[in-house]
Amino acid sequence: MKDFEYTAPATLRDAVKLLAEKGENARVLAGGTDLIVQMRGRRYQPERVVDIKKIPEVNELTFSPRKGLRIGAAVPCHIIYHNSDVIERYPGIVDAAMIIGGIQIQGRATLGGNLCNASPSADSIPALIAYGAIAEIQGPQGKRKIPVEEFCVSPGRNALQPGEMLVCIQIPQSKSNTGAHYLRFIPRNEMDIAVVGVGACVELAGRGKAQTFKRVRIALAAVGPTPIFASAAGASLEGQSVSEESILAAAEAAKSVAKPISDMRGPAEYRTHLVGVLTKRALIGAVKRARGEHVPNAVQEHESAHPVYTLS
Amino acid sequence: MSKIHISCTINGEPQEFLCEARQSLLEVLREDLGFTGTKEGCNDGNCGACSITLDGVLVDSCLVLAVEAEGKQIVTVEGVAGPDGLHPLQQKFLEHAGLQCGICTPGFLVASKALLEANPNPTEHEVRHWLAGNLCRCTGYDKIVRAVLDAAGQEN
Ligand SMILES: Cc1cc2nc3c(=O)[nH]c(=O)nc-3n(C[C@H](O)[C@H](O)[C@H](O)COP(=O)(O)OP(=O)(O)OC[C@H]3O[C@@H](n4cnc5c(N)ncnc54)[C@H](O)[C@@H]3O)c2cc1C
Ligand code: FES
Ligand code: FES
Repeated sequence: MKDFEYTAPATLRDAVKLLAEKGENARVLAGGTDLIVQMRGRRYQPERVVDIKKIPEVNELTFSPRKGLRIGAAVPCHIIYHNSDVIERYPGIVDAAMIIGGIQIQGRATLGGNLCNASPSADSIPALIAYGAIAEIQGPQGKRKIPVEEFCVSPGRNALQPGEMLVCIQIPQSKSNTGAHYLRFIPRNEMDIAVVGVGACVELAGRGKAQTFKRVRIALAAVGPTPIFASAAGASLEGQSVSEESILAAAEAAKSVAKPISDMRGPAEYRTHLVGVLTKRALIGAVKRARGEHVPNAVQEHESAHPVYTLS
Repeated sequence: MSKIHISCTINGEPQEFLCEARQSLLEVLREDLGFTGTKEGCNDGNCGACSITLDGVLVDSCLVLAVEAEGKQIVTVEGVAGPDGLHPLQQKFLEHAGLQCGICTPGFLVASKALLEANPNPTEHEVRHWLAGNLCRCTGYDKIVRAVLDAAGQEN
């Protein structure tokens, strides 16, 4: 690894100044689980590394009923999935944070780094898009906010301008009758990159047979150059009754926006097929959670003796 | 570039060292401080041979910069045994033949100790899940899992 200047500012203002001075030659360090590997592999050779972990705002993880959840850009996965508000109100975030790498990686990796790294296969991004999360950005000119679905622009590239950094991810308040689920397919149980990932968030209206979808957001990983917001697939469900049939139609709609490539993780046709399977499962899991039923995540899955992905 | 002065504790003892920003904590532990129990397998976060705890959190030391150790408490495999001898995990790894070539063993011990501290009575599934970030090319894992489950029974 090429040597660089290490800085660890204590305020956002200093961090932005240190970044702006060096432009493309500075990089933010959060958990380092992407960046240190990339510096060693010479993909990035920054002159200055700005470690953000000493800045109070980026270490915040707070929930309020009015403002929803704020996940500071430096909060590691293991803090996120042990937080009681996240567990109770945002289980789709737990689904994703629990499968990023293994326990060692989760001790360091942040959702901010997962988002900024802008990998098409990043596990947290579809879950964040499904929840309608907003990225809060600080730059030399002040703060701005953009929806997470607009944050990634191409593989490894995000919407940040030189001098800007991500401060936190905001997820809107969790309404009752809302549920979300993120799932990925990999050939082993842990420690692998998604062949396909799908996140879904649903808000339901009414009860029993008359229950309908009020609002649905679906997002896909590893089937395009960036994570994909399948907005039409979600919108197609709105006003429809909650049924296996309507869900299968939405899964077909999600398949039609997937633009996968063929690589060592799987051919394009297989990935498109998986988008259908996982969209159906993510929607069913989200509906069940919206109804208050327990849906295990990838780590708990083996505990359930019942088929999880059928509507009761 | 000039060297950076770092103060931390390693296995409970205060330590000071000089490092370059580009050095990983793994590199400094092994090459400058003589804590060669921590192993380098992949140097990219996949194998867990370099596992340590940083302020009680299990991490891969190949993915931590040495400069990030400032003010932190580090525990390496050298800190696993107590003053009275082997830790129950070490004893059980020996009894169950949970090691062959041994290169993965320090990482497994540090990771397993962190598991039992977080969850003193893990199920087999929980042990396997927790240790998924540690690779072993020799044992086939089963003996390691048995050793950890057996040690868990002992700790209480
Ligand atoms: C063994 C291993 C397994 C992995 N498994 C998975 C997996 O299963 N799923 C998955 O999605 N990922 C996985 N990853 C990738 C990685 O762990 C995640 O992407 C992680 O969330 C990155 O977070 P970080 O805090 O470590 O980011 P860092 O490495 O610190 O940063 C990542 C990138 O984002 C930039 N950055 C970070 N924070 C900010 C900020 N606040 N503002 C501006 N730029 C910023 C950095 O400059 C860098 O370019 C794995 C990595 C390893 C090594
Ligand atoms: S050497 Fe650090 S994980 Fe392999
Ligand atoms: S004992 Fe040889 S790699 Fe595990």
